[in-house]
Amino acid sequence: MVKQRFQIFGVHAILIAYCALALGPILLVVMNSFKTRNAIFGAPLAPPTATTFSLIGYMKVFNASHIGTYFMNSLIVTVVSMVLVLLFGAMAAWALTEYKFRGSTALALFLSIGIMVPIRLGSVAILTMMREADLNDTLTALILVYIAQGLPLSIFILSEFIQQIPRDLRDAARCDGVPETRIFFEVIAPLLRPAIATVAVFTIVPIWNDLWFPLILTSSDSTHTITLGVQQFLGQYITDWNSVLAALSMAILPVVAIYVVFSRQLISGLTAGAVK
Amino acid sequence: MADLRIDRLNKSYGTAHVLSDIGLSIDNGEFVVLVGPSGCGKSTLLRMIAGLDAPTSGDIRIGGKLVNALAPAERKIAMVFQSYALYPHMDVRKNMTFGLKFTGVKPVERERRVAEAARMLRLEALLGRYPRDLSGGQRQRVAIGRAIVREPDVFLFDEPLSNLDAALRVSTRVEIARLHRLLGATMVYVTHDQIEAMTLADRIVVMNHGRIEQVGKPLELYYSPADLFVAGFIGSPAMNFFPAEVESIEDGSARIAGDSIAPFVLPAGTLKPGAAVTIGVRPEHLTPAAEGDFATAGVVELVERLGEASYAHVRRADDKMTVAEIRGRRTPPPGERVQLSAPAADIHVFDADGRRVTTGP
Repeated sequence: MVKQRFQIFGVHAILIAYCALALGPILLVVMNSFKTRNAIFGAPLAPPTATTFSLIGYMKVFNASHIGTYFMNSLIVTVVSMVLVLLFGAMAAWALTEYKFRGSTALALFLSIGIMVPIRLGSVAILTMMREADLNDTLTALILVYIAQGLPLSIFILSEFIQQIPRDLRDAARCDGVPETRIFFEVIAPLLRPAIATVAVFTIVPIWNDLWFPLILTSSDSTHTITLGVQQFLGQYITDWNSVLAALSMAILPVVAIYVVFSRQLISGLTAGAVK
Repeated sequence: MADLRIDRLNKSYGTAHVLSDIGLSIDNGEFVVLVGPSGCGKSTLLRMIAGLDAPTSGDIRIGGKLVNALAPAERKIAMVFQSYALYPHMDVRKNMTFGLKFTGVKPVERERRVAEAARMLRLEALLGRYPRDLSGGQRQRVAIGRAIVREPDVFLFDEPLSNLDAALRVSTRVEIARLHRLLGATMVYVTHDQIEAMTLADRIVVMNHGRIEQVGKPLELYYSPADLFVAGFIGSPAMNFFPAEVESIEDGSARIAGDSIAPFVLPAGTLKPGAAVTIGVRPEHLTPAAEGDFATAGVVELVERLGEASYAHVRRADDKMTVAEIRGRRTPPPGERVQLSAPAADIHVFDADGRRVTTGP
């Protein structure tokens, strides 16, 4: 009994410590975004009080910059990339697990290389390619890169899930006369919802947070994303911390919102009752 | 409604032959059961009839039409799976109508068919429920309903009762038999359970190692099994086998003797002197009596009492076991030596290759 209680205590202590470690910096950013400049430097760890509370950062961000455009760009790039990664990923995973065709194994291996090799290694090639395709400084360029970045892992995860869907279910649909595309969209895809939610979260977070590709592929204000937009408050000689922290705090919100939406879908057990 | 013809069908995966030269002819409205031990190829055969697997060679004809190149849906078949394979995200009604959408059945007609199938299978109250809220038996009835609404020419059942408990298995079995009478459709049913095979089938196809061992009516298989495999497979408990030899043949009578049996005389038929044979006797034909055409003896090791009968496991002279069915209240105690005998009409003789030997006139 006593030993068990110690174990539970130990596990929780570790979890709480980890939680604090992960949430600490975020909490610090959000807290300081509501403080005056002097308070940020004077007592960075203190929460905002009546005297130090200030919305100056948010006001500056809204008035002085293209924050609305940046937000919109980030949103478009993330959502479009996510939808296409999920759609193409699920379709490719279905094709690779369900149909055996010439070179299917080679194709699967080729795609799994994408998981191991970071896409940033190809930055220079990507930049040249985009310039030659006349896609430089467009959101399309970012979307294409993010689809390439997200596909391998999503195919890998979804393939595993598709393999767990009982074979009989597809066979039953085939006997029922359901066309192959409908089998995928109306029988398989609904059962993949928990997997799709997982992949969606895995896909969204790195895209939303990415600084590298917006930095090298976009140059005008109209195509900047939020992470890149924040950089304009970080100067070589002077940094507007109020604005930086306010912009960052706002940038966190969509990711949290998307996570909340999808976490309800993460509940599995949807296949209960399909087969014994 | 249609008949089904299978011609020299082969299936191999690489060098492994799963099915060899299967030929089978099933009449319109017939209920045929494919039975055999696991791995004998019966499910593969069913999947090839359905069009889910492609044969390596050979032809399948449904209603006279060659269907080798047709997709499952174009073959006018419906299949019921062991695992039910219901669509988990659709309610019972949707499960039954989902496939009909794609085969050009009008909504009014769909509703009519669902209503009729639901009435037939007593599913009316369940139409709005999801598979996860149904019991195993209900799920299997929905799966059968999904097959019925397609109004197929041929019904295919792949071990439909294996996942049900014993009581439900009996009632669903009766249900399927009733359905066959009601619909008059051609049905092919795969099982490893010989009781299902015996009770449901018009004809049974016994398969082993990817070959058809025997095709026949249930009682034909029981009374005249073609070989040792069928003899041992059909009937429970299994038939007893006794190694023996034809000692001599005189005036059309063969004298047969073996280590564990008393010498006896049978009409010779095609038996040759000196030939090694196997004598088969079913447990239910062995009675504890000293007198009989065929006699064996041994020491009772174990008695299983089932109520309507008891099975005595008897160790005989060659150290093998024999099972005898004993009727009545008195059962021999373990350790007792018993004499068992059977009338000549219930004795099966198999030659050295395991084929049945016809004895008698």
